[in-house]
Amino acid sequence: MIKLTVVDRNGTEQKLEIPEEINLNLMEVLKASDYEILANCGGMALCATCHVQVLEGLDQLPEPQDQEMDMLDTLPNAGSDSRLACQLRINEQLEGIKVKIKGDLV
Amino acid sequence: MSNQTTIHTDLCVIGAGPVGLFAVFEAGLLKMRCHLIDALPQVGGQLSEIYPHKPIYDIPGFPEIKAQELVDNLMEQIKPFDPGFTLGEKVEKLNRDENGVFKVTTSYNTEIHCKAVVIAGGLGCFEPRKPDIENLAVFEGKGVNYMVKDPEVYRNKKIVVAGGGDSALDWTIFLANIAKETTLVHRGDTFRGAPDSAEKVFKLAEMGKINLILSSHLTKINGNGHLKEINLLGKDKEEKTLEADYLIPLFGLSPKLGPIADWGLNIEKSQIMVNTQDYSTNVEGIFAIGDINTYPGKLKLILSGFHEGALMAQSAFKFVYPDQKLSFKYTTVYGVNSF
Repeated sequence: MIKLTVVDRNGTEQKLEIPEEINLNLMEVLKASDYEILANCGGMALCATCHVQVLEGLDQLPEPQDQEMDMLDTLPNAGSDSRLACQLRINEQLEGIKVKIKGDLV
Repeated sequence: MSNQTTIHTDLCVIGAGPVGLFAVFEAGLLKMRCHLIDALPQVGGQLSEIYPHKPIYDIPGFPEIKAQELVDNLMEQIKPFDPGFTLGEKVEKLNRDENGVFKVTTSYNTEIHCKAVVIAGGLGCFEPRKPDIENLAVFEGKGVNYMVKDPEVYRNKKIVVAGGGDSALDWTIFLANIAKETTLVHRGDTFRGAPDSAEKVFKLAEMGKINLILSSHLTKINGNGHLKEINLLGKDKEEKTLEADYLIPLFGLSPKLGPIADWGLNIEKSQIMVNTQDYSTNVEGIFAIGDINTYPGKLKLILSGFHEGALMAQSAFKFVYPDQKLSFKYTTVYGVNSF
């Protein structure tokens, strides 16, 4: 099981436990856990509505690919600790991380 | 208004992505003519614009097909039905006259008169992403521009560009030669994309040709009818005020429903709710197919959109030929009869 912590827009924290073999990305897991995320491009790093701020464990994550990097660079509210949840596959690299949901809702 | 073009057709299809294109085929089999509108200058939607060379693996009958190839094939497939195209224009208005004729008007004042409307808009229109500044809307067009249409506007003016992506870098470099004063404001302290452009920007800053403000973001803008000054807040909590004639926020594009959201359709999370019997919306004569619609069990797949187009066409038939009875025909039996 991969354990990670999610902070919603109101600041409420919740711990999630996700089976390693689930073969989903973090955006899909957040949506399935009823977090409010539009994710209207379906995981293609196009809409940035799954934008998360990584509060803990940023360095253990895989480096962003060009497409994610390009998108993050353009966002008005992105920082160096920003990632797109759709580009993070659930695996042991996500163990123990803490993310805050930041994506737009409109 | 002048320069108005009016087009008469049976179905107006908004969005010329794969699903909009295939809808032309299904409509054509039932002898309904189509006209497609798309904000992009070419057909194919996301497939052509974003990932033309990516292979797609879940199109029935094609173990693997490149996105652009699928679009080209669809164009070939709908050729017999001679659809019309209005490309590079955004849909703005939808009206219906007393005879039930829909009038779809575009940003360039093209008017399409039709009997039914099919929204196949995918993710929607890509519109500039706006920073979260309280009174931003007040100064839109009065100093705040989200794109550079005519660089001459900025000659000898004080310009602030905000953003850290390629277009922010490129326009900063370009405007440095035109504007009286060019400032680039970026939230981060590095630029991750396009190393060449980033290097140029740092060089221009060193030479004093531009003013580069890193680790800062916009907080407020002020003016008296027209933009005058911009407030910034640095990561070090230091506040700054810049005098500016123009602010150009360049934070990329994000997909939005746009004016379609104001047409009285039931919308949930930026998607149009439809009846799965025929993919009709709550407004009679308006259908929504493909990624833009939602219903219980919706899958955003091209193949689902194709299916939705087929069912939509069966139902749209009654708006085009109210006096005729529809009989279902196989292409294997009847072939494809062109117009």
